[in-house]
Amino acid sequence: MRISSHPILKFNRDKELSFIFDGRKLVGYEGETIAAALHANNIKVLGHSSVKHRPRGFYCAIGNCTSCNMIVNDEPNVRTCITLLEDGMVVKTQSNKGELK
Amino acid sequence: MKHYDVVVVGAGPAGMACAINATKHGLTVLLVERDDFLGGQLIKQTHMFFGSEKQYAKTRGIDIATILKKELLKQDHVDIMLDTSALAIYDDKVITLLNHHDYIKVKANAIVVATGASEKVLAFPNNDLPGIYGAGAVQTLMNVHGVKPGKSVVMVGAGNIGLIVSYQLLQAGVDVKAVVEASDSIGGYLVHAQKLRRLGVPILTNHSVKEAHGATALEELIIWKLDENFSGIAGTEKRIETDTCCLSVGLKPSSEMLRQAGAEMTYVRSLGGYVPYINQNHETTVNNLFVCGDVSGIEEASSAMVEGFIVGLTLANRFKNVPNFSVLMTDLKTQLKDLRAGETGEHIMKGIKQIMRGDHHA
Repeated sequence: MRISSHPILKFNRDKELSFIFDGRKLVGYEGETIAAALHANNIKVLGHSSVKHRPRGFYCAIGNCTSCNMIVNDEPNVRTCITLLEDGMVVKTQSNKGELK
Repeated sequence: MKHYDVVVVGAGPAGMACAINATKHGLTVLLVERDDFLGGQLIKQTHMFFGSEKQYAKTRGIDIATILKKELLKQDHVDIMLDTSALAIYDDKVITLLNHHDYIKVKANAIVVATGASEKVLAFPNNDLPGIYGAGAVQTLMNVHGVKPGKSVVMVGAGNIGLIVSYQLLQAGVDVKAVVEASDSIGGYLVHAQKLRRLGVPILTNHSVKEAHGATALEELIIWKLDENFSGIAGTEKRIETDTCCLSVGLKPSSEMLRQAGAEMTYVRSLGGYVPYINQNHETTVNNLFVCGDVSGIEEASSAMVEGFIVGLTLANRFKNVPNFSVLMTDLKTQLKDLRAGETGEHIMKGIKQIMRGDHHA
């Protein structure tokens, strides 16, 4: 679901990055957030609410609402809508409040 | 602990303008920004701005961000910290920051909170399904990252953001099935509404969302007609198959930090939510704690920018003498007044009157 041609904007997709989402190998581009890369791969469910386990996607995309929290490289509660994708990242859906180590 | 004349929180149009003017007139400034880029929400605004030449009218928002950035990077006495969230403001004007994973303390003579606003949500059953997003969120996804939110969209709210984002969705190749508006008229500029109508997008006034359905993400939306009390009318339900719904139902100031810092706050509906009492200089009830932009009342980027310049100039003149201060200030205040001319401006001015106190530091 990437925009291929746009009347005003050009998107920089020079460098491909690979990452792991819940055990699956996916591809994104340098400069995009984790949530955007997942969305481009048709993944909208980023986690589940901790009590009723309802599916959660992002809502605000600017780091305010925490609806996009995921586990990234073993760190829970990462706001994936404002965290840039890195090569080799391991991203998991989060379904609890996260645990202190 | 590093000491600055001014710490500005937020590098959107207001914060950048404030930092530019403060440092241009000789102050040392630290500008902190949660994101890893400058420009705030300007970086997703592909439409051309209104206003006058001084606020870069007829220029796209994304290009205004570049202009401000260039101006800021020309200055010698400004430090910029990206990927940095401001955590708390203390009585002695110490501000704590989280720079990526490092905890930092900084001291300032004055702090400016320019944290902007966030999108409101509309209450209806299953409004938490993935696929239901803030309109601004979808704008970020499309215009910054080049990713479509889905195959088709129903836009809720026919204010300027709703109309502009609908048009941008069409530009990105997404089918906009309808724009749904609860009131009996279109809130945004008609020029934006006409563009949509010409492309065959229906704008349904007196309509709202009844409920959403979907197994793990949005699949269909039920809309219905509203009566004059904004209650849904049974029997008028329409089912729309769609994988995306955008909520464009207003913004609220991100003013939590001001309350934490001890500023006196009040709820003003026409300004979008809880806002601080301010004086003519945009100073809150806490000495040397200032605000500019949407955090003290929802308006638009042009006025946020002018407010930023006003606060930057005010601070420069407070800590260092600015020789032509009154000429510069009169010009900025005139610009702000002109931007607030007209019906929307009147509405905003009424709100501002409720928070404006002439003398709380007298």
